[in-house]
Amino acid sequence: MADFTLLVNGAPYRVQAAPEEPLLTVLRNRLQLTGTKFGCGEGECGACTVLLSGKAARSCITTVSSAAGSEIITIEGIERHGQLSPVQQAFLEEGAFQCAYCTTGMIVAATSLLQDHPHPTDEQILTAMDGNICRCGTYPRILAAIHRASAIMAQKKGADHARG
Amino acid sequence: MPVDELALQQVSDKLRWFTLDRRDFLRLCGGGLLVCLAGDAAAQESGRGGWGGHPLPQQISAWLAIDERSQVTVFTGKVESGQNIRTSLAQSVAEELRVPFHSITMVMGDTDLVPWDAGTFGSRTTPTMGPQLRSMAAAARQLLVEAAAQRWKAAPATLIATNGKVTNPGSGLSLTYGEITHGEKLTQTVSGDPALTPAPDWKIAGTPVPKANGRDFVTGRHQYPSDIARPGMLYGKILRPSGFRAALVSVDATAAEKMPGVQIIRDGDFIGLVAPDEWTAGQALAAIHAKWTVPPQTSNQDLFDFLQKNAEPGDAAAQANVDQAIASADVKLTQQYTVQYIAHAPLEPRAAVAEWYGGRLTVWTGTQRPFGVRQELSSAFRISESQVRVLMPDMGSGYGGKHSGECAVEAARLAKAAGKPVRLVWTREEEFTWAYFRPAGVMEIRSGASRDGTLVAWAQHNINSGPSGIDTPYNVATKLGQFHEVSEPPLRQGSYRALAATANHFARETHMDELAHALNMDPLEFRLKNLTDPRLRAVFQSAAQQFGWGKTPSTPQRGFGIAGGTEKGGYVAACAEVEIGPDKKVRVRRVVQAWESGAIVNPDGLRNQTMGAIVQGLGGALFEQIRFASGQILNPDFGDYRVPRFRDTPQIEVILLDRKDLPSAGAGETGIVAVAPAIGNAIFAATGTRLRAMPMAVAAPIVS
Repeated sequence: MADFTLLVNGAPYRVQAAPEEPLLTVLRNRLQLTGTKFGCGEGECGACTVLLSGKAARSCITTVSSAAGSEIITIEGIERHGQLSPVQQAFLEEGAFQCAYCTTGMIVAATSLLQDHPHPTDEQILTAMDGNICRCGTYPRILAAIHRASAIMAQKKGADHARG
Repeated sequence: MPVDELALQQVSDKLRWFTLDRRDFLRLCGGGLLVCLAGDAAAQESGRGGWGGHPLPQQISAWLAIDERSQVTVFTGKVESGQNIRTSLAQSVAEELRVPFHSITMVMGDTDLVPWDAGTFGSRTTPTMGPQLRSMAAAARQLLVEAAAQRWKAAPATLIATNGKVTNPGSGLSLTYGEITHGEKLTQTVSGDPALTPAPDWKIAGTPVPKANGRDFVTGRHQYPSDIARPGMLYGKILRPSGFRAALVSVDATAAEKMPGVQIIRDGDFIGLVAPDEWTAGQALAAIHAKWTVPPQTSNQDLFDFLQKNAEPGDAAAQANVDQAIASADVKLTQQYTVQYIAHAPLEPRAAVAEWYGGRLTVWTGTQRPFGVRQELSSAFRISESQVRVLMPDMGSGYGGKHSGECAVEAARLAKAAGKPVRLVWTREEEFTWAYFRPAGVMEIRSGASRDGTLVAWAQHNINSGPSGIDTPYNVATKLGQFHEVSEPPLRQGSYRALAATANHFARETHMDELAHALNMDPLEFRLKNLTDPRLRAVFQSAAQQFGWGKTPSTPQRGFGIAGGTEKGGYVAACAEVEIGPDKKVRVRRVVQAWESGAIVNPDGLRNQTMGAIVQGLGGALFEQIRFASGQILNPDFGDYRVPRFRDTPQIEVILLDRKDLPSAGAGETGIVAVAPAIGNAIFAATGTRLRAMPMAVAAPIVS
């Protein structure tokens, strides 16, 4: 066991954990941030996706020691001041879920994608999202939600720009 | 659903004390209205007034309560796993009660609070629980109208219930439901069938109401079973045998036992442990050294031989009768089809949190059968069912794969020994290995048709995978459907979305395609020639029309296939377009599926289910297969067990036929059955290669 300081959703947290412990269990069990899900523990399904220094990362195969010092954003940090992010809003509007267990990982992965490609093509979405599994099979709706989120972001940017 | 979390908390605080005496509820609420649905309707669902020998307690199948704030709480044993019944059932209640959708809270799958229920499977929620809740709501509305009529000394028939209020159009007076029930203790047990609102008049049911608590899911706030935490909770792990049917030879847990906070729990061949954190639990498990002996067992290579050799024989005389009819047919065909074992692989694996307090056991777990799990726990620990409470927070799916309570029992064993609450979440490998599988099967069809395309005789046999969907919907003078059980199949097998209907439809709809080609007929024309069921005809015709069936002939690069069927009250037809690359690999490009299941309760939810069924169906059709040998699963992870991903998803078009004149049927399952044969038939149309084994990618290379 060792002491680590994690910067999660903008706040520092002191945690005691084994250096090799996955970031996922630290978030879920030690910080009670259960929005990040366990799906496979092998980086094959994307349910545990978080943003690590702004990039989508699989928290189940990221050790806590390697995450210390990076900015970590979980699904709980995507919503700001009770305001849904464009991606969250788009998923809700498209009804892009069934059991929704994959949803938080999908939203975080899509958030990362839209940072890199604000107007992604279908091909860019497939490349970025193919590692995220939805067993309920809502892929077509998730694809539509990501396009919708892109449009919402563009609209917001336009509005912000107009406000100067 | 009320967004008001405080109100929800108040309801649940009150409900905590609301166990057997339902009048307590009213006392605690300071009044209100409670309506219970009596046994008749419940008995209809379960057959002879019980289910699996389980008597229905108090013969009550559901209840609902209206408090003085006009908030409605509905109690049902059905559970939500993504099929959207939390929303669709609330819509039905809101419709009949004439209240806004958002005033309804559904309490589901909590065995202390809801009436006994067999479980959520078999597409039964919409056709049975739906009408039961509607009956209750209609009766409650009638009571409210009568209570208001009494106050106003008006005739009930002159009053109108709408939007949570009773209004007297004559006087212009109105009272909210809460005002009517304030200070009252109205309880009513309803039986019989009050008049229900016909579907064409629906205003809330029949509309695309979004998922009730959708916001909780996009924010990560919803607590799934694997997210539940209790004070002082420990983390559990179970030592698994090295193979199926293994016997423990020796075990050395000394290193694990020395780890801080680790407690080994052993009871015969059951070896588990608890630790203060999940990481330590995993490390401790890895430090246990055990030796097992695993007896020789059937593997994939000899699976179908094994099933055929061990199948119960069936009715030879009935088959002889069909054979006789086939003998006189112009065109005769006998073919065999197979399906492999596949896994449900719900994204949330089995999970349970167990807590003992004062001899009473509480378990939060993901299951389609909370009361079944309660029974398993009660018999495992030899305590009465009233000492056990099972709660089922909306879970990360099931698809028929979470009927059983093994994880709950394991967590409870660990918690009992440790004297503290324990959370146990199965690993992906455990879920792929120690859950159960959709059964593998061998289907044989023998058929005969006359030269003009009329089916003359048909016999379909299914070995091991199940009887569901085995009866052909086509008109055949002499026909037979026979299921042949295998008493000890090689793998643990159980339910799955649509069960054997997928295997039986794959066999039948592929065979129909083969006959059509043998007769030189268009596959759709051949089907329609032998089909009078108007509902099935309608979905075939709708799918074909939207798809543009028959407008473009298949080529070696592009093939078109069609298939359909009916099961559990749902009617489905699918058209598939496949593309064959220069490397001979196959890609599914487009699927058009028409669906009809009576009056639609929520078109958005239904569209979502239908689309999801197509995507999930692609997996079993093309590449999902459990590989096993010597009692071991060889591909227990998402790297080696391929499930459909974004890139596998074709363009999907869903056509919903809304039959407001027909009762609503369940729609979670049957949407999966037509995908595989439609794809297989399309591959044949392009390549001339007939694929009779699911998954089909084993026989034909498919691009990833």
